[in-house]
Amino acid sequence: MLLGALVAQNIGFGVIAAMMVIAALRVVTTNNVVHAALWLVVVLAGAAAQYVLLAAEFVAVTQVLVYIGAVMVLFLFGTMLTRARIGAEKDLNNKNWLLGIPVALLLLGTLSYVLIDTFGDEELPNDVTPINTQQLSDSIFQPYLLPFWALSFVLLVAAIGAIVLARKD
Amino acid sequence: MLINQFLLLGAVLFCIGVYGVIARKNAVLVLMSIELILNSVNINLLAFSLRNGGDPGGHAFALYIIAVAAAEVGVGLALVLLIYRNRRSIALDELSEMKG
Repeated sequence: MLLGALVAQNIGFGVIAAMMVIAALRVVTTNNVVHAALWLVVVLAGAAAQYVLLAAEFVAVTQVLVYIGAVMVLFLFGTMLTRARIGAEKDLNNKNWLLGIPVALLLLGTLSYVLIDTFGDEELPNDVTPINTQQLSDSIFQPYLLPFWALSFVLLVAAIGAIVLARKD
Repeated sequence: MLINQFLLLGAVLFCIGVYGVIARKNAVLVLMSIELILNSVNINLLAFSLRNGGDPGGHAFALYIIAVAAAEVGVGLALVLLIYRNRRSIALDELSEMKG
């Protein structure tokens, strides 16, 4: 029973992770801005599914609401207002875009070496009780209240700043 | 589940995002790559939260990162719209006035 659940978790992780990596590669390689936005939706939805696997339901729901609901609409509006062509475009990459490949591969090699060296095949605990929303709010409003205040200020400044920047004088 | 499978997934997404920031010229696509990077950070935070026996702090900071990302996209797209209005183009390699 428990073993079956573990195998199912691993299969779910593998399928979602492969989907996310392919979609992320398409985000950075596709020739079409609208398609990139839609591939980004796949990555964000896959991330929400991974959060559920990591026993973080509230964060997963927030991810769907904020990213797939609000941020994607912002991206599509940004694409529309900057009059990107709906079809494929030729010059979405920099002149020296090839430099990005060795940089990213080097970074990936370093990161995976460090991660495998440090954590090896350490297992995540199986018997953790999931954090419910009450515990999460207790943690936000007690030990992490100061970053919450700072964040409220950041959001206020961002809202005012976006209005000031985008306003037509 | 191993902890490394989540951390490596986060690392792969992070590197794809870094490649996108370096390689892309269109400002909206650069902002999308930054979203990839922020998401990989969130996966790492939640994996470590579960590793430490379900620490709610990781969840709280994942929520803070989601909020900061939303603010960043708002301001970033306002900047992109302003640049587009002034220059009729959002190609980042043409914005060379700030060269030292």
